[in-house]
Amino acid sequence: MSRYSIFSLARNALTGHRNWPKAWRSPNPKPAYDVIIIGGGGHGLATAYYLAKNHGVTNIAVLEKGWLGGGNTGRNTTIVRSNYALPGNTLFYEHSLKLWEGLSQDLNFNVMFSQRGVINLAHSDGQRDAYKRRGNVMRINGIDAEYLDRDEVADMVPLLDTSPDARYPVKGGLLQPRAGTARHDAVAWGYARSADSYGVDIIQNCEVTGIDIENGRAVGVQTTRGAIKAAKIGTAVAGHTGHLGAMAGLRLPFETHVLQAMVSEPLKPCLDMVVTSGVAHAYISQSDKGELVFGGDLDFYPTYAQRGNFPRIEEVVETMLTMFPTFSRVRLMRSWGGVIDMTMDGSPIICKTPIDGFYIDGGWCYGGFKATPGSGWVFAHTIANDQPHELNERFTLKRFETGAVIDERGAGATAHAH
Amino acid sequence: MTGQVFRNGAGGRIDRTVPLSFTFDGKNYQGFQGDTLASALLANGVRVVGRSFKYHRPRGILGAGFEEPNALVQLGDGARTEPNTQATRVELFDGLTATSQNRWPSLQFDISAINGLFHRLLPAGFYYKTFMAPANLWMTYEKIIRRAAGMGRAPTQMDPDIYARRFAHCNVLVIGGGPAGVSAALAAGQSGARVILAEDNPQLSVSETELADMDNVTVLTRTMAAAYYDHNTLILSERIADHKPAPAPFETRQRMWKVRAQQVVLATGALERPLVFPNNDRPGVMLASAAQCYAADFAVRAGNQAVVFTNNDSAYGAARDMKAAGIDIAAIIDTRPEISDSTRELATNTKVLTGHAIIDVASGRGGATRGVTLKAIHPDTGAPKGSPIDIACDVVAMSGGWNPTIHLFSQSKGKIKYDGARAAFVPGQSFQQERSIGAANGTFDHEACIIEGHNAGAAAARDVGFDAPDARTSPSGIPPAAQPLWSAPTGAKRFVDFQNDVTADDIGLAYREGYQSVEHLKRYTTLGMGTDQGRTSNVNGLAIMADHRRLDIPEVGTTTFRPPFSPITLGGIAGWHTGQNFEATRQSAMSAWHEAQGATFSNAGLWRRPEYYPRTGMTPAEAVHHEARHVREKVGVVDVSTLGKIDVQGRDALEFLSRVYINNLTKLPVGKCRYGVMLREDGFVFDDGTITRLAEMRFLVTTTTTHAGPVMTHLEYLAQVQWPELDVHLLSVSEDWAGIAIAGPNSRTLLSQLFQDVDFANEAFPFMGYRETNAGGVPVRLFRISFSGEHAYELNVPADYGLNFWTALLETGADLDVIPYGTEAMNILRIEKGHVTGAELNGRVTADDLGFAGMMSKLKPFVGQVLARRDALTAKGRRQLVGLVPADGETPIPAGAQILADPDAPPPEFTPAAILGEVTSNCYSPALGHPIGLGLVEDGSDRHGDTLYAHSPITSETVAITLTNPVFVDPAGGRLHG
Repeated sequence: MSRYSIFSLARNALTGHRNWPKAWRSPNPKPAYDVIIIGGGGHGLATAYYLAKNHGVTNIAVLEKGWLGGGNTGRNTTIVRSNYALPGNTLFYEHSLKLWEGLSQDLNFNVMFSQRGVINLAHSDGQRDAYKRRGNVMRINGIDAEYLDRDEVADMVPLLDTSPDARYPVKGGLLQPRAGTARHDAVAWGYARSADSYGVDIIQNCEVTGIDIENGRAVGVQTTRGAIKAAKIGTAVAGHTGHLGAMAGLRLPFETHVLQAMVSEPLKPCLDMVVTSGVAHAYISQSDKGELVFGGDLDFYPTYAQRGNFPRIEEVVETMLTMFPTFSRVRLMRSWGGVIDMTMDGSPIICKTPIDGFYIDGGWCYGGFKATPGSGWVFAHTIANDQPHELNERFTLKRFETGAVIDERGAGATAHAH
Repeated sequence: MTGQVFRNGAGGRIDRTVPLSFTFDGKNYQGFQGDTLASALLANGVRVVGRSFKYHRPRGILGAGFEEPNALVQLGDGARTEPNTQATRVELFDGLTATSQNRWPSLQFDISAINGLFHRLLPAGFYYKTFMAPANLWMTYEKIIRRAAGMGRAPTQMDPDIYARRFAHCNVLVIGGGPAGVSAALAAGQSGARVILAEDNPQLSVSETELADMDNVTVLTRTMAAAYYDHNTLILSERIADHKPAPAPFETRQRMWKVRAQQVVLATGALERPLVFPNNDRPGVMLASAAQCYAADFAVRAGNQAVVFTNNDSAYGAARDMKAAGIDIAAIIDTRPEISDSTRELATNTKVLTGHAIIDVASGRGGATRGVTLKAIHPDTGAPKGSPIDIACDVVAMSGGWNPTIHLFSQSKGKIKYDGARAAFVPGQSFQQERSIGAANGTFDHEACIIEGHNAGAAAARDVGFDAPDARTSPSGIPPAAQPLWSAPTGAKRFVDFQNDVTADDIGLAYREGYQSVEHLKRYTTLGMGTDQGRTSNVNGLAIMADHRRLDIPEVGTTTFRPPFSPITLGGIAGWHTGQNFEATRQSAMSAWHEAQGATFSNAGLWRRPEYYPRTGMTPAEAVHHEARHVREKVGVVDVSTLGKIDVQGRDALEFLSRVYINNLTKLPVGKCRYGVMLREDGFVFDDGTITRLAEMRFLVTTTTTHAGPVMTHLEYLAQVQWPELDVHLLSVSEDWAGIAIAGPNSRTLLSQLFQDVDFANEAFPFMGYRETNAGGVPVRLFRISFSGEHAYELNVPADYGLNFWTALLETGADLDVIPYGTEAMNILRIEKGHVTGAELNGRVTADDLGFAGMMSKLKPFVGQVLARRDALTAKGRRQLVGLVPADGETPIPAGAQILADPDAPPPEFTPAAILGEVTSNCYSPALGHPIGLGLVEDGSDRHGDTLYAHSPITSETVAITLTNPVFVDPAGGRLHG
């Protein structure tokens, strides 16, 4: 892999940038691999990378039905954080955040991880206490967290309406200073380039159409580019996990929903933090390009369509303007939707399945992007060792049977409630 | 002063009798009514209007409408300032102020133009390859990058304007008021169908009096169709007052229309493509159609001497109009080796150079165009050959062909296809009830557009049952012959995306590095990601990529067009629903009284509830403690109107509630209440409240304030979906009844005085009893229930009478020393009694965790029963409700603390920290004289007496606590029952 640096940029400038190599190869699929990862998004590519880097498994194909990073990796609001309160989540997301902290250097690809801080606003005494409760879990587990009072929030986010006579006055907020945002596409590309350098075959425009199972064991896949054999098969296909599971004869506890996100026109810097509201569901930040990036709830009907409808956009904008009233004359530039697999407790599933050699990584609900490095790291471990790492041993399918759910919102077994 | 030296004395659609003054970058200019900001700037000879995003190159006006990528200005100042506004779509008004963006200190001298010198270091995606070392400096690099990026400035003052929303339905919605759209609206209108015609410009492009006379046709001008969603729902953004300095008092600035149409006709026209050649971004290089539009519609000469550069016939018409306006056409440069005689006829007396291309644009003062260099090109490869020719000019009018405006069609989920003859993407198969017509459909002949419009409008009306006029026969449409030339020979920077400074070389780099999918190309280079959404760059960009990949354009594909078509204000989307109107505020019947007493309020769901009533000489905490103490000693009243109330009736009402609640209800007689708990299907506790049997087949159940909606939804779901065979009817009556709790030792005396016909003796009206009475004909419901743990009642009266009864209680009880108390004191009282609420009912607890195991009936099935038996819900080690007191008897227990045995344990790596539980509620207990709390602690029921730590690193507090029974006051219940 040719290293990227200011020096390599300068050197290539002399030759008019004509000699940059391809970031990754475009090989044809081989007849067989040790491991097939279905899904060339952030999670799948990260899994391939960590399989190669941490476990020495390099005879891998990553199969992507469209283009790399074309699913939720390229459709999210780029927020990265580890402010979770329940065992199973807390340390997993923190491990992921630690991987983010060295990711640009590790991949030699600038993923622009920007630790500008995430604030969850509290609007009532109950929310204040709940955020303190969460912040304390984080601190006790070695994760940074601070509780800010109203004035401290106002100082950090000057355009936020913190007036006491607001419809839902801001009482304070939970700040995670190390949280922030990253350049989403770069994550997929960075992992792809590094995985490729270990010899991983990244195969785009190759849709999996079937899973071959013999004697209760997964042995290969059928694709639009022919059959491919493999000893182990992992899927990381976000909104289509249920669909992939069905190919293997598994009925998985997911509901697929559309989640929209949107950006404003680019503006000079006016919002330094990621801010989320505790009243209505909304989260907002400003990208390096200057766009305000924001989103909210699901559209609330199950669908595979990567497009939503207008009522949700109205609601998100209403919330956003209630938080930041001076953005009223700013314009919405673009909106889009991604399909996400919602689980019955809002937490992911990363585990072995009843079929030997078939592993799933899915159920990311609203929050898969931040988990990308951690997800790949533990999924690689799970595939390589045929058993979970301590960090993902609670993310099982079994937990819905036993009741050991990881329900941060306490919303119960209704997929869209999380 | 008439600085409009590029304005002709006659012609155009402007009103010369209404001169208008405006400023750009602080300098005064004049224009006329009917101008756009762009046309007025050109009339005044202003060539440079902005700086580019990355290289900060000077940029001029490229287009005349939606397609404009360069001329983005900060419009106005102060509270009405508006960033990134396309000058080509701003109607000029007197006093307009505009400022250029993305330059410092001035448009003419921009420090960041130095980026241009380093451009070799800044190819597409350079930032992915650098700024990585040292790692801790990224935040510093980023700060600089952020400052340099962005474009306009967000307002920092409150928007003074108002926005509205409107819903509309129609039979036929026509988007676009050009010849095709007007013709369609006319045909549909004549059939009697209800028609809405939306046009972005201030007027339709053809004046059509017949349309205006039709009552069934609504014409919306200054209205842009922004989005096309499912079920033929379109979002239109109408600008009511943007063409004025400010809206009139109470006038709406913008109105957003949500239109459901049975049939949609898209007549959205087409946009011209630029050509890609070296230095094609110099101010003065513009679209031929734009130069034509300025000449014909605004009587503005885009310059004195023009070179027209084209690969198709349409620019010949532009040249003719420009020439008619007085612009000297130095030459028409056509990349095609040959042109037809009829085309040549259009350019009589004008020098035409076929088989040539511009290979450079020279710039003069301020960066503006002062001439071009051409060469002959090879007819097949496009490679330049021969000796260069220089031509002086200050305008280059270019035309690379036309793109039908298929954005809305694509949003509707219609399939687009590539049409080689037109060298453009055109609408293919429709997905919704939609027709694309005119230039939007690739039909460029004027007469054909009108006929196509007529036929589409009539057919749309016929499809929904109207008797529409017959179809007319269209002349066989001949597309303008275009020989696409996607990028001219290499040389200096050849811009593809003007707004984002993406060049043809950048696309080459993306190709070489493997970012070859259209989406990768877009994301890696930022092609088409600007506010113009790639209207002028998209097709050129992917054509260049197709060329690199040696594929046909359709094989490379196209990106998805995403709503909105062109940016719309956030204020317009939100309408009234922001600030105080973001969500409805629910007030109880007594709210005004609480307010008059100076109570502070907190939000509970949509409700506002009084927290406490200030008392002179007392701090807030003292006032709260006073209220709580007073209830225990005498009597207090509290507004509990916010509790959810559901009237459950029907022959199977009892059966229904038995299935919903864990309790055994079969023995609940008429006139009695019971405390009830319901689980979710997954076995965890959902909500609690009371169930009162009002009559044999009628119950009133209450819910917590915040769960009133979800419980109602849950019950309706069960009644309608799960058990439709049950005869049960549900009605939310939360707002029909005002609720008042009367608590304290004197409560019985107080109520006896007020309701003298009711026997309040313990035997006649015991704890958990229910009585009805009336006062002056007003029905009154009395419940002997208690949240505070005191002898207490709740009273329900129709909401309209709530305040009367509230004040009557206070007046009648004056002798008994009754006081009102708020939610703060109520919270203390319930913690003292160990009653659970929000923080304990966190959605993760079982009935057993809360000590309700005994309530779970074993004699009947109920929702959640089966899943509540799962291992993880019954295993040892679950967190159970406990009381907490500070070990030293005085240190407050920190809110939100976690409970641990060892607060000094080091943080873990992979195994979660050994947290045993959490503090869910905490307060100072006036009754006990020390702080107390409630918590959920692992095996807490077995740990009473143990000392652990309430650890709150986030507030730097750690307090040793002793676990106790959660009922602190009157555990035997003597006060309730007495």
